Amino acid sequence: MSTLVIAEHDNSGLKPATLNAVTAAQALGADIDILVAGAGCAAVGEEAAKIAGIGKVLVADNAVYEHQLAENVSLLIAEVAAGYDNVVAPATTNGKNIMPRVAALLDVAQVSDVIAVESADTFKRPIYAGNVIATVQSSDARKVITVRTTAFDAAAAEGGSASVEAVSAVHDAGLSSFVGEEVAVSDRPELTAAPVVISGGRGMQNGDNFKLLEGIADKLGAAIGASRAAVDAGFVPNDMQVGQTGKIVAPDLYIAVGISGAIQHLAGMKDSKVIVAINKDEDAPIFQVADYGLVADLFDALPQLESAL
Amino acid sequence: MKVLVAVKRVVDYNVKVRAKGDGSDVDLNNVKMAINPFCEIAVEEAVRLKEAGVATEVIAVSVGEKPCQEQIRTALALGADRGIHVETEGRIEPLVIAKLLKGVVEKEQPQLVILGKQSIDGDNNQTGQMLGALTNMPQGTFASEIKVEGDKLNVVREVDGGLQTISLTLPAIVTTDLRLNEPRYASLPNIMKAKKKQLDVFSPADLGVEITQPHYPVAGRAAGRAPGGDQG
Repeated sequence: MSTLVIAEHDNSGLKPATLNAVTAAQALGADIDILVAGAGCAAVGEEAAKIAGIGKVLVADNAVYEHQLAENVSLLIAEVAAGYDNVVAPATTNGKNIMPRVAALLDVAQVSDVIAVESADTFKRPIYAGNVIATVQSSDARKVITVRTTAFDAAAAEGGSASVEAVSAVHDAGLSSFVGEEVAVSDRPELTAAPVVISGGRGMQNGDNFKLLEGIADKLGAAIGASRAAVDAGFVPNDMQVGQTGKIVAPDLYIAVGISGAIQHLAGMKDSKVIVAINKDEDAPIFQVADYGLVADLFDALPQLESAL
Repeated sequence: MKVLVAVKRVVDYNVKVRAKGDGSDVDLNNVKMAINPFCEIAVEEAVRLKEAGVATEVIAVSVGEKPCQEQIRTALALGADRGIHVETEGRIEPLVIAKLLKGVVEKEQPQLVILGKQSIDGDNNQTGQMLGALTNMPQGTFASEIKVEGDKLNVVREVDGGLQTISLTLPAIVTTDLRLNEPRYASLPNIMKAKKKQLDVFSPADLGVEITQPHYPVAGRAAGRAPGGDQG
C-alpha cells in the first residue's frame, strides 16, 4: 500500500495545507510519498523532504506546471498515480480544481472534503452544508481523496529526511494558459490558518464599516472573514467568505459580528473552539452555537472592544 | 455559439436536512426541492451570453429522476431555448453524471458548457472538472467573470487569496461561483412559455453509458454544535 500526497505550494515555499493532508494520509496506514509539481520549485521539494515520515519527494519542475493549470497538472498526477493506491490532496481551491480531473482520468470516484479517515477505504465527509455527516466506503481500487485541512492536525514539518527525485514527465495539454492574478495583499494571517478569525455579516451595513473589525483584528492577530450575505451585498470580496460554499475555518477563537447564523455560515465555522457572537437581535440563530453572546449594537460594541484590548 | 448548461434538482437551501433514524440516508420526504443555486447562476450566465449575441442557443440539461424536469422547466423559464433530460434512477455519483453529460456533449457539440461549482446537497464540487477530463476540454472553475474573445475564453477565477485569470481554448467548461452574476426571477409569461419548449428525454443507454454502483454512505448522522464545542 502506498499513498501519494499532492503538495500545495507557491513555487517558493510549501503551504501549511500540505501538512494537514499528510496527517490524513498517515491515517490510511500506507507509505507516503509527496509530489511537488511546479516551476522553479526545488526549494519546495527540499522543504517537503523534511516532513516527518515521508518516503520520497517527487519533484516535477517544468514551466508547464508553474501556475497549477488543471489541464496540465492532472495529466501529470494521473501518470504518477499509476504507482500508488491512494492520491490525497488538501481541499483548497487548487485541490478542488485539479483532483476531480485526476479521478476522471483514472476512472474512479473522488471522495471530497474528508473530515475523518475510518479505515483505508472508509471516510467521513459532510454533506448538506454539514447538516449530515456521511460515511462513505469506496470500492475503487485507487482512491482519490481531498481532505478538509481544518479536520486534521498539521504533520511535523521537521525531522524527516526523505530522498528527492526528479520527475521528467512534461504534460502540456495546450488547452489553457495563465493570464494574470490579483492576490489580496494582507499582513494578516490567512483565513483558513488563522488562530483567531473575526467575521462581519449583513449587520455591518457596508464595506467601509469592516474597518471597525480591522483594528480588533490587528490587536488579536486575527484574520477577517465575512458571511455570504456580506459578500453578496458587495461589502467585501468573495475570498473572505466563510461558509458551505466559501472557506472552512476552525480557529481557536471565532468572533461573529452582525451575522445571523444561517446554516450555510455555520457549516464553515462551527468547528471553531470558542465562538463569540455580537448581534443586536437576541433571537439570531448564531447565539445557539455561540459560547459567548453579546446582544448589542455592533457600532457601540466594536469600538468598546477595541479600546478594551 | 451553442451553450450547454447543466442544472441539478436539490433540496431547497432553506430546508434543514436531517439524517433518517436508521442512518441509512438523509430524509427527503416532503421537502421542498429547487434548482441548485449555482446552477441557477449558470443558466443566468448562458442567457446573458445569448442576450449579448455571443450565444446562439442555450440548452439546459439535467440528469436524474423524472421530477428533475421541473428544474429543466425553470431553466427554460429563465431563458434557455430547449431542454434535455437524462433519466436515471436512484442516487448517482459525479463521475457517472459526468459520463452522461459527456454523451450529451458529443450529441450537441456545444462550444461552452456551464455548470455550478458544487451542488448544495452532496457538496462534491467534482462534475465540471470530471467532464473536462472526459471530453479533454479546458476548465475555468469557480468563475466570477467570463469573456469570449475570438476562439478563446477568458475566465476570472475565485482562488484562495484572490483572483486568477486564465485563457482557455474553446470548446471549454466553466463552473460558476457566487459573484458571476445575480440570477433574474422568471416572469409568469415566461413560465407559461417554458411549458411549450422542447424537452427531449434520453436514457443512459441512449448515451452509451453504463451506470455503476455508487459508494453508499453506510451511515449518516446529524451534525451539530452546542456551546462548549460539543459535536453531536
